[in-house]
Amino acid sequence: MLKDITVGQYFPGDTLVHKLDPRVKIISSILFIIALFFVKDFYPYIFIVLFIATVVKTAKLPIKFIIKGLKPLMFIIIITFIINLLFTKGEVLFSLGPISITKEGIIQSVFMALRLILLIVGTSLLTLTTSPIALTDGIESLLSPFRKIGLPSHELAMMMTIALRFIPTLLEETDKIMKAQMARGADFESGNILNRAKSLVPLLVPLFINAFRRADELATAMEARCYRGGEGRTRLNELKFDKKDSLILLSLIVFFGFIMSTRYW
Amino acid sequence: MIINIENLNFIYNIGTPFEKKALDDISISIEEGDFVGLIGHTGSGKSTLVQHLNGLIKPTSGKIIVDGVDITNPETKMKEIRKKVGLVFQYPEHQLFEETIYKDIAFGPKNLGLTEEEIELRVRDAMELVGLDYDTLKDRSPFEISGGQKRRVAIAGVIAMKPKVLILDEPTAGLDPKGRDDILDEIKKLYERENITIILVSHSMEDIARLANSILVMHKGKVIMHDKTREIFKSADLLEDIGLDIPQVTKFMKELKKRGHKVREDCLTIEEAKEELTKYLRGTKNA
Repeated sequence: MLKDITVGQYFPGDTLVHKLDPRVKIISSILFIIALFFVKDFYPYIFIVLFIATVVKTAKLPIKFIIKGLKPLMFIIIITFIINLLFTKGEVLFSLGPISITKEGIIQSVFMALRLILLIVGTSLLTLTTSPIALTDGIESLLSPFRKIGLPSHELAMMMTIALRFIPTLLEETDKIMKAQMARGADFESGNILNRAKSLVPLLVPLFINAFRRADELATAMEARCYRGGEGRTRLNELKFDKKDSLILLSLIVFFGFIMSTRYW
Repeated sequence: MIINIENLNFIYNIGTPFEKKALDDISISIEEGDFVGLIGHTGSGKSTLVQHLNGLIKPTSGKIIVDGVDITNPETKMKEIRKKVGLVFQYPEHQLFEETIYKDIAFGPKNLGLTEEEIELRVRDAMELVGLDYDTLKDRSPFEISGGQKRRVAIAGVIAMKPKVLILDEPTAGLDPKGRDDILDEIKKLYERENITIILVSHSMEDIARLANSILVMHKGKVIMHDKTREIFKSADLLEDIGLDIPQVTKFMKELKKRGHKVREDCLTIEEAKEELTKYLRGTKNA
């Protein structure tokens, strides 16, 4: 199951989408989310689906990969669907005891489920096509104006880089400790909720201890290389915002502006 | 025959672009009471193979029979397998989690469903075997003792399950020379006393030469050699071809022979070499 999580995963490639300045992609993602929640009707979603399809096609992302990313969140999508289906008031189509399904309920639940799916797929496009380092560089650059009001933008970006960097390491370690405890007869799969929670102790304690130990070692290693934060720090790969980036950003602003304007038609 | 493996294959990430064949048609059998050294380059499939032996990884195809039980059969109870085969992972001290050393070692036996008295007996026994004093250490936290002692606690945790086959994956990695010798001595003691089957994975040819009766050599997912220790180390060239080595002493004796001294070249330990050299030197003096 741990392997199904594609949120935050990077799918390497050498396409136009991959090469785009990370800041363009971050801003577009924010616009994408706003547009998604601004829309109150079905038909503007056609444009959004087309937009996602275009990005997926240009970035050469495998469809299977994107569908797999939805799997861990299926539960939330289904819950949202059911709640909206059952608790939306309106014209009753048919009822069964205290439960009644309304026409508005059906429309609303499909709409909400669709919105969630588009949200997940759309935002995962950002992390799928942007390497973690480019992503944090972009965030750091976008946050740097706020440095004047005391926001530690470099430190925040560095924390994110480190966190992203250690996700695979932690997954690998979880797998290893799980196996080691299973070899000692631990059972992670059967029993009721209480027993299962208890059986996690032999997994979580070593995991935390190792994570703290690793954090400590990393801090020492960074200090040994004279790391002292963002002040006066230069970088290996400077972000460059060229003509192509501004052109694409401009057209995306127009595109999402158009989608948002449909609300007032 | 305690372990019998037939046509074992294992492929990682099957059906994805990251597909990788880790074990390639392995068929071996290991005699009861044998001390087997498992050597091979990093990534040769050693760890994958030993994890199969205790049911942690299910084979893609093939059969594994341990002590008469087919562990690849989905009907076989995992507990049954874990009782028979004990596996000590690399850096086992990273799995310690309990408040006291006693509780940590008792974790395995408890999972087997033994009685309190039996557990206490086994913990005491296992601690003694690995050279930890039961009375002074049992109530201490496993996180406040030295690295070498932590490793002993972790090994004791597996020994206390009294497996018929004990697999140790590089039990001496990262220890100082004294810690390494101590642990190896304890493994030897355990082997002689309990008469169990041991499989030792190691990169140190010296350790293997000193302890193992027979050796399995793995290369790119295949078992390419399986023979008595002395026979294996005779094929130094083949071992060097796949990036492995022979013990320093054996190398030294080989070199001596090449330079015209009539000595046996299959000495495995310093003691053996010493004996052989004394004999040779006396012989040349008298002649």
